[in-house]
Amino acid sequence: MTAPLHDTSAAETAAADVAADAPAKEIAGRSPAQIAWVRLKRDKLALAGGSFVLLLIIVAIFAPLIVSWFGHPPNEFHDGPETVDALLGGQPVGDWGGMSKDFLFGVEPVNGRDTFSRVVYGTRISLIVAFLSALFAVLLGTVFGIIAGYFGGVIDTIISRTMDLLLAFPQLLFILALVSVVPSELWGLSGSGVRMGVLIVVIGFFGWPYVGRIVRGQTLSLREREYVEAAQSLGAGRRYILFRELLPNLVAPITVYMTLMIPANILTEAALSFLGAGVKPPTASWGQMLSTAVRTYEIAPMFMIFPGLAIFVTVLAFNLLGDGVRDALDPKRNR
Amino acid sequence: MAAFRGGEPPDELRWFPAAAGPKAVLVYLIRRLFAVVLTLMVVILVTFGIFFIIPKWTGVDPATMYVGKQSDAQAIEAIRQKLGLDDPIVVQFWEFLRGLFMGRDYTSGTDSVHCDAPCFGYSFKNEQLIWPVLTDRLPVTLGLAGGAALLWVLGGVATGIVSALKRGSIWDRSAMTVALAGVSLPIYFTGVVSLAIFSYQLDWVSNEYTEFGTDPVKWFSGMILPWVTLAFLYAAMYARLTRATMLEVLGEDYIRTARAKGLREPVVIGKHAMRSTMTPVLTILGMDLGALVGGAILTETTFSLPGLGQSAVRAINERDLPLILGVTLITAGAVVIANLIVDLLYAVIDPRVRLS
Repeated sequence: MTAPLHDTSAAETAAADVAADAPAKEIAGRSPAQIAWVRLKRDKLALAGGSFVLLLIIVAIFAPLIVSWFGHPPNEFHDGPETVDALLGGQPVGDWGGMSKDFLFGVEPVNGRDTFSRVVYGTRISLIVAFLSALFAVLLGTVFGIIAGYFGGVIDTIISRTMDLLLAFPQLLFILALVSVVPSELWGLSGSGVRMGVLIVVIGFFGWPYVGRIVRGQTLSLREREYVEAAQSLGAGRRYILFRELLPNLVAPITVYMTLMIPANILTEAALSFLGAGVKPPTASWGQMLSTAVRTYEIAPMFMIFPGLAIFVTVLAFNLLGDGVRDALDPKRNR
Repeated sequence: MAAFRGGEPPDELRWFPAAAGPKAVLVYLIRRLFAVVLTLMVVILVTFGIFFIIPKWTGVDPATMYVGKQSDAQAIEAIRQKLGLDDPIVVQFWEFLRGLFMGRDYTSGTDSVHCDAPCFGYSFKNEQLIWPVLTDRLPVTLGLAGGAALLWVLGGVATGIVSALKRGSIWDRSAMTVALAGVSLPIYFTGVVSLAIFSYQLDWVSNEYTEFGTDPVKWFSGMILPWVTLAFLYAAMYARLTRATMLEVLGEDYIRTARAKGLREPVVIGKHAMRSTMTPVLTILGMDLGALVGGAILTETTFSLPGLGQSAVRAINERDLPLILGVTLITAGAVVIANLIVDLLYAVIDPRVRLS
């Protein structure tokens, strides 16, 4: 605003004058987070995705309540003749896979469990496993990535090679193998708790190299910046520089990666459940319902629809939100 | 590249850019091959570790994991001897490696099984050698991966390019919406839906796998759905990737230069822009194909195709370690080798890449 001809004192007086004249025109500083939020609010698709994610979280938290209002307990069998036809191999009675006021999404073939309740409870498993495993991957990836990028040398070589190696592993196969050798009681947990713990740790463990590579690359360029040098010259220790100077600047890419990792992990969890390595039955999960559907699609073609749609819409919503967050946090975008 | 104006550079220069002499290329190759071998070693070691160390932590006798359900102490003891399960893990690891190259015998008393040169082990659960199982199933998986890859590369790349060229148009938006939906759909969902519609309801295609040698038409009929559903998933990813890369490339100076020189648009896009666009596509293709060779686990399970992936799932459910080890090794090998080939191909398609 002020012309470069003025000396500083004149500029200050001028600025003070302007401020005194028009206090209403004061320009408020906005933090990067605020700018990102404003941009995100303009992105309709991302907002739609975000709202759906919120809805899912609410559904997951209040699953017992929702099921008590609109459905039957998720593990309750309804294999009587009014719900499944034993003569037709356990085909659900009625049109559309037994959909009715009583069973909103129809019933499972053979056992006649309430599909609606099982889909609702499945939300819990999907979200918990996907979120915690993404968090675990991000924690590991950030710590190792930042260390590799900042210290360089031998440490960098070891960490980078480890990441390359992990990426070369046939992941699904390894996760399957790992899950299959872990016993059903461990770490003081039992039943579904163990499997969930194993799923979280294993999916997270195979996910961290992706985060690690990005964080390492960013750290490599950030550590050469002037502000790091300034901190060093002021006598800041390594830990201070790593966590107070570098880490805040990595928050944006890490956030983006985390939001995009959650849908990928939902798919992985569903795939593992589909293959029989997810949470143990009778605990409901979407992937497991689909594996039942593959075996029974000839008698109950409708049964696949709801668990399948649940996975699809959830993953889509997270993807939309993730894309939106990425665009909002990208300083190069002016939209 | 100005020196080759008016003609293609001689072949050897196209393969390995002039900056890297033949000696540099050789050194590069040797270094990469060394890395390949090292990676495979670690993969075997880790797979070994999973099945040897974890049972030890959790107090399960590894020998019991190798026998069938009707196992008695004698059978377990025989397996322990045959596999040398009491030896330190290093010795067992060495025995396995030696078997890969020289074959080995599993002996316990008078009972002995011989395993020929690429010895991937012997399954005590099913009383069969692993290598023949793998070679039996590999063609199914190769057929699935190859056919699907052809479809998705053609479809995905073409869609991505058209979308990038007509950015913001209705075509672009609808194609990208479909692509976004495509990456969010699990294959075991699209798979069952397509089976229910096209095989069960309409009866257009077969839902069984038939060997190509038995009946090529039935083979084709049984493979269409797996190909299309698998290709749809990947085409969606490739379309998104191609579009993003193409948009970036089109903004570069050398494209403007090419246009300024008066080159026609098809040449600018098809020749100049395509080269750099294909680099990331090729990277991903290498990794994807490598991973698929080791088993399109989900696709094969959904469509009951008797490929490597299906055998891996069976092996895991039966805890058949030798089979798991075999499939894992083949997959890891395929991934690593595919990556090596891709890195070498870079030098061919992208003139900016130098081997280092």
